[in-house]
Amino acid sequence: MHSNNGPDNNAGSPAQQGGDNHLLHRLYELQQQFQHIPKQAISDLATELNLPISQVESVVDFYSFFHRTARGRYDILFSNCTSCGDMAMMHKLCERLSVTPGETRADGVVSIAETSCIGMCDQGPALLVNGRTLTHLTNRRLEQIAEQVDAGTPVADWPVEWFRVHDNVRKNGLLLSTGFEAGSGLLSAIHQGPEELLEEIVKSGLRGRGGAGFSTGMKWKFCRAATGDAHYVICNADEGEPGTFKDRILLNSHAHEVFEGMTLCGYIIGAQKGYLYLRGEYRYLLPELQAVLKRRHKAKLLGENILGQQGFNFDIEIIMGAGAYICGEESALIESMEQKRGIPRVLPPFPVTKGFLDQPTVVNNVETLAAAAQIAVHGSDWFKGHGSDKSAGSKILSISGDCTTPGAYEYAFGVSIQRILDDCGAEDVQAVQVGGPSGTLIAPDEFERKLGFEDLATGGSFMIYGKDSDLLAVVQNFAHFFAHESCGFCTPCRVGTTLLRNGLDKIVRGHGTQYDVDEMFRMATLVKRRSHCGLGQTAPNPILDALKRFPGIFESRLVNSEFEPHFDLDAALEEARQISHRDDAEAHLV
Amino acid sequence: MSEANNNTIIIDGKEIPFTEGQTIMDAALAADIYIPHLCHRPGLKPHGSCKLCTVEVNGRSASACTLPAASGQEVSNNTEALTEVRKTITQMLFVEGNHFCPSCEKTGDCTLQAVAYHLDMLDGHFPQFYPKREVDASHESIVLDRDRCIMCELCVRASREVDGKDVFAITGRGVDAKLIVNSASGKLADTDITTDDLAAHICPVGAILIKEHGYETPIGRRTFDLHTIAEPGLEPVILRKGKHADEH
Ligand SMILES: Cc1cc2nc3c(=O)[nH]c(=O)nc-3n(C[C@H](O)[C@H](O)[C@H](O)COP(=O)(O)O)c2cc1C
Ligand code: SF4
Ligand code: SF4
Ligand code: FES
Repeated sequence: MHSNNGPDNNAGSPAQQGGDNHLLHRLYELQQQFQHIPKQAISDLATELNLPISQVESVVDFYSFFHRTARGRYDILFSNCTSCGDMAMMHKLCERLSVTPGETRADGVVSIAETSCIGMCDQGPALLVNGRTLTHLTNRRLEQIAEQVDAGTPVADWPVEWFRVHDNVRKNGLLLSTGFEAGSGLLSAIHQGPEELLEEIVKSGLRGRGGAGFSTGMKWKFCRAATGDAHYVICNADEGEPGTFKDRILLNSHAHEVFEGMTLCGYIIGAQKGYLYLRGEYRYLLPELQAVLKRRHKAKLLGENILGQQGFNFDIEIIMGAGAYICGEESALIESMEQKRGIPRVLPPFPVTKGFLDQPTVVNNVETLAAAAQIAVHGSDWFKGHGSDKSAGSKILSISGDCTTPGAYEYAFGVSIQRILDDCGAEDVQAVQVGGPSGTLIAPDEFERKLGFEDLATGGSFMIYGKDSDLLAVVQNFAHFFAHESCGFCTPCRVGTTLLRNGLDKIVRGHGTQYDVDEMFRMATLVKRRSHCGLGQTAPNPILDALKRFPGIFESRLVNSEFEPHFDLDAALEEARQISHRDDAEAHLV
Repeated sequence: MSEANNNTIIIDGKEIPFTEGQTIMDAALAADIYIPHLCHRPGLKPHGSCKLCTVEVNGRSASACTLPAASGQEVSNNTEALTEVRKTITQMLFVEGNHFCPSCEKTGDCTLQAVAYHLDMLDGHFPQFYPKREVDASHESIVLDRDRCIMCELCVRASREVDGKDVFAITGRGVDAKLIVNSASGKLADTDITTDDLAAHICPVGAILIKEHGYETPIGRRTFDLHTIAEPGLEPVILRKGKHADEH
């Protein structure tokens, strides 16, 4: 697979990839220090890291958490997810602190904006303040936050309970109920040898939990067979799909399993180096994850000659993302690790033959690797004994939205949607978004459908919308999400997601006609079929699903005329109003 | 339709040969078959971003410029449905930038415009985005007018792969993507680009222009007044038109 994105030789040295000198980490430090990335710092950093200035600049501009102009000393980002977001709360805090949404207050103290789902859907509304996750927002908490800002209290001194993140595991299944002793998978691996263990993984029927569902054993087999100067293991902990938070729980409470899965993979494919790519929104997990890595070193579960086995060397580093959903796509993730914008590569070749630094690389989801570690201990039959024919084992779901007990639920594959809804206390359900915005929106007459690769595949997101929720607003929210997260590489998705977003906005504003709906359908179909990567190929799903299953939500908003111009004359006057500081009735056209 | 032999593919019913390592685009161009394209130029690393070369290979959508040719492939190229798709994509490129063709120096020599004619595109169809983009006139002989940039990265690749420099890059994300210049000031004047560079001439639209050569060839005698874009072997002609008598 080749990079579309910068000179081939500017990935940096392998040594630069992890640790403090990774471009993303250096930029994070600068952002913390100056609330933005100063122009001079870009040139200096480029010189120091021996990268083109344009590469550093393009990385700054690509990731949501880096800024060219100063954010506030308190930089507050409200999730805009339909489950863990609350835009009304954002506006309320903006009003209370006299901040224009998206901007920094003139005194430089505070800025408030929105951000894509931060993975707190079971304990929202939630926000990030200077990168730290704050959950369970209430109006009272908003007032307390405002007081802390007014008083100038450093975020580090805010009450710790505000930042508490709960696991909220509601239903244990195969993985979550089986205990795991650190090192047990590795002992079993050494006992079996790499070939035999690989066969076990293949036989187990384990398929990737990140969405695409590729056979994990086969992926490892291809990578093992590929030749290169080095092999790499990457754990994809970008978990950016709105409504998904199950990897957060695995990383928080089952980190040994995840790291052991990576180490086992390294043992099998012949890699000595693994990376965990962690989304920036989960930075709060970093210290504990690093502590676990240290403990594993001490216990000889990482490092050289693991468990005394001559030549079994493996190390793990953590790379922090900086706010870009596309970096969950495996080739974009690799580009990001190579200190570039997260632009998906041209496939084939796939990462298993040409991945990180163009070397054979396995990229697996967090849950996949945790499952592999368990399979190493308990064998393939144990795993295959659960789930369905084509979907062995279990799936951890992140359940959120209109139900009494949101949280993580683990089911054997083959469970029906209705059963899940019953378990989490969801009544009068209008629709369920299975697999997040990129997945499938289903209506009640489909609630007997089953979870699994043969029917409803899911990376884990399960968002429930009750009878009172405004489904069109939900579809609109997702359209905004994709337009915001499109990497911009290919024309259909770069332009198309924006056209779809604008089309929906027009309908929601009450200016849409049947013509607009037809156009949206045509555009959605084009974007889905002709886009370069999975983001564009799934971005139109909510619109297409809603048009098919809930046509009424569009029809009820349409105006009767055949055609209504897109151009909003009144909105076009906004700039003039701002310049002239007018917002009175006379300054408007309606 | 005949069964494809070893090392042949079928494009719109016609069997054509390919050699190992060629893409569908390479094989098609070698056989004088036109597959519309904007971000592709023979000799530069395939990019796969504009999606104008979208074809259907055994029923699946693919980019001809990046997909390796393989025997057994049945490729649909010149079909009504694909022309419609390509027309829509071209309209998308037009509305996302600011293209005032009548007042653009490149008119008649512009590949985007020629492709639009080829696809019978009559208007932009979609609402204009009217982005605000900067002009960089700092360089003594080259001007960069970002209004017309379609993010094809031909200049980016030409500078890196042929000129041995690294003058251009794309920054930003989504619709905010834009072309930047690799210098501390961000200005073209502070780079080592010259009019001898391929990067100075390769732009398929009027985003990179050579100064003081405006309207040397009168309208009516420009590249696409004399040729159609689908003509075989036109690439060198298109490129030559970007150059001028006193350059090499
Ligand atoms: C836009 C996009 C976002 C993705 N985000 C994630 C993610 O956050 N986590 C993940 O594991 N896979 C994600 N994937 C899928 C990965 O590309 C890849 O298939 C996966 O990490 C492979 O691991 P698995 O085989 O264990 O599932 C994403 C794919 C796309 C197209
Ligand atoms: S489909 Fe979207 S996210 Fe994927 S490469 Fe194209 S623009 Fe980027
Ligand atoms: S300036 Fe021209 S060649 Fe460069 S990316 Fe833009 S359109 Fe392509
Ligand atoms: S020519 Fe193939 S994608 Fe642009």
